[in-house]
Amino acid sequence: MTKAEATPVLELTGIGKEFGAIRALHGVDLQVQPGEVVGLMGDNGAGKSTLVKIIAGNFRPSHGEIRFAGNAVHFNRPVDARGVGIEVVYQDLALADNLTAAANVFLGRELKRRFGPLALLDHKAMAARALELFGELRSETRPDDLVKQMSGGQRQAVAIARTRLSNARLVMMDEPTAAISVRQVEQVLGLIHRLKEQGVAVMLISHRMPDVFAVCDRVIVMRRGEKRADKPIHQTSPEEVTALITGAKEAA
Amino acid sequence: MAMPLESPISFTNVGRIKWWQRGIFASQTGYVLLALAMLLVVMHFASPYFFTEGNMQNVAKNFSFIAIATLGVTFVIITGGIDLSVGSMMCFSAMITSMVMTELSAPGSPAGSLFVHMAADGKTVLANVPGLILLISILAGLGVALIAGLVNGFCIAVLGLSPFVTTLGMLSIVRGLGYVVSNGRGSFPGGPDADYFYALTSGDVLGVPVPFIYLVILALAMAVVLHHSSFGRHVFALGGNEKAAELTGIPVVRVKIEVYVICALAAGLQGIIISGWLGSAPANMATSYELNVIAAAVIGGANLAGGIGGPLGAIVGCVLLEVIRNGLVLAQVSSYWQQTLVGVIIILAVLVDRIRSRMT
Repeated sequence: MTKAEATPVLELTGIGKEFGAIRALHGVDLQVQPGEVVGLMGDNGAGKSTLVKIIAGNFRPSHGEIRFAGNAVHFNRPVDARGVGIEVVYQDLALADNLTAAANVFLGRELKRRFGPLALLDHKAMAARALELFGELRSETRPDDLVKQMSGGQRQAVAIARTRLSNARLVMMDEPTAAISVRQVEQVLGLIHRLKEQGVAVMLISHRMPDVFAVCDRVIVMRRGEKRADKPIHQTSPEEVTALITGAKEAA
Repeated sequence: MAMPLESPISFTNVGRIKWWQRGIFASQTGYVLLALAMLLVVMHFASPYFFTEGNMQNVAKNFSFIAIATLGVTFVIITGGIDLSVGSMMCFSAMITSMVMTELSAPGSPAGSLFVHMAADGKTVLANVPGLILLISILAGLGVALIAGLVNGFCIAVLGLSPFVTTLGMLSIVRGLGYVVSNGRGSFPGGPDADYFYALTSGDVLGVPVPFIYLVILALAMAVVLHHSSFGRHVFALGGNEKAAELTGIPVVRVKIEVYVICALAAGLQGIIISGWLGSAPANMATSYELNVIAAAVIGGANLAGGIGGPLGAIVGCVLLEVIRNGLVLAQVSSYWQQTLVGVIIILAVLVDRIRSRMT
């Protein structure tokens, strides 16, 4: 821990995963530095989601090692991954529509105040903290509004605000821009910049080439369960990435 | 680590939701409450007897007889589940309570000799510790409800069976067990503690029926639990988006088991109270009450799809059902119309809510 600057926040070595006879991932090595935005690209079935689910603790890898901030980690459940500082913004955002924005941000880790033997929810503190987080993310979202009544961009902000509760060091976003309007895409990319400014590493899983090229420092391309490319964004081009995704170019 | 804000957010594009478009004013519970208030006014003009003290006591007592179980089933409905076994559960708990009470009060039996002795006249049975038999028998009644609730919860949360099928099975199992243990005859509370039992279940305090007092206390407790505890928050989250609840680390299995246990306990308590009013626990007691209970919850605004509901709605639903029944009697309309009317109201209440949510 002496050279914290150089320690990658996430380091995967030789990660492989088999589902019965199907080899979903094979020999994936990758590193993510603090404050770095990494784009993870690949066609359907390339192994992106399996990789994300392994890092998020949904699956255990069949082979290989995960090191987080220099320490080897083993996750059995998503909560374990969250415990060390890995937050995931799921594609469907995992929001409960019938609850308020603040309630969703604090879902599963509510703030409480003790009244004698009872621990009751501290609504005020949660609303205040949620408002603060929405402010950091530059999102006009009221903590007391129901998520049901919110726009796609606001919902995204709620899901991202959740990752800011616990000083996460790595945030993975699964297709955050797939289902929202052009203006909201701008907002989400803005949110990613804010995370980066605060030293948080971001892994962006996306099909949308322009988004990846707009915010990422580095792009990783997966194909057929293997990592085919891992390049700084300014040394590659959308054309090359497309070729890597489709297999027109084997590796780079 | 609170990041200092460079500038507070200004809500230029996002307006505040108007007060009448949020909270209770925008809920089915609110509309049904309004309908109930109007119905009460109509009843007042339709019948001079409606707002008399006697009739009000009668109404309060009658709706309390299903309202406690409705509170319980509302928990389950909020999580998106259903419990059809409440009617049978009421009967079985009541039956076990009165059977245990009778058993412990028999001076000759081995269990009874621990709890009671004969008075000097050789006829009267006296309790060794007054109230102890009552306590044990009620705990026994609630104990069987607890077990049934745990079984429901285990099958649904751990084994992943559908709530509808599981509790339909439990409806039959528990009703059948009731017939088995009583040989189909039902049972009666008896022994030296029976008077306490009647006082606690069908008595009144300053003219207020005790079941109504229990209902108010339990409803307040439920409001606090649902809106001010993390358990309550998790119950709502489970009904809103179960997958999200799981991903955010909510102990989904535990919460599910807990709501079925709460529901079974509420039904058991309800059954014990009803048996005190009836003076017995017949084997066919509370048959098909589950339908009234679920209907009351749904009329009051609990959404069977999950995520919405509360104690106020449960009570409003029960009161509405009872006022209609009572009104039909006072208006000398055949009470057979009640069921038909209840059905119409269920559909109307849900329809109005649907129209409202289309409009906003």
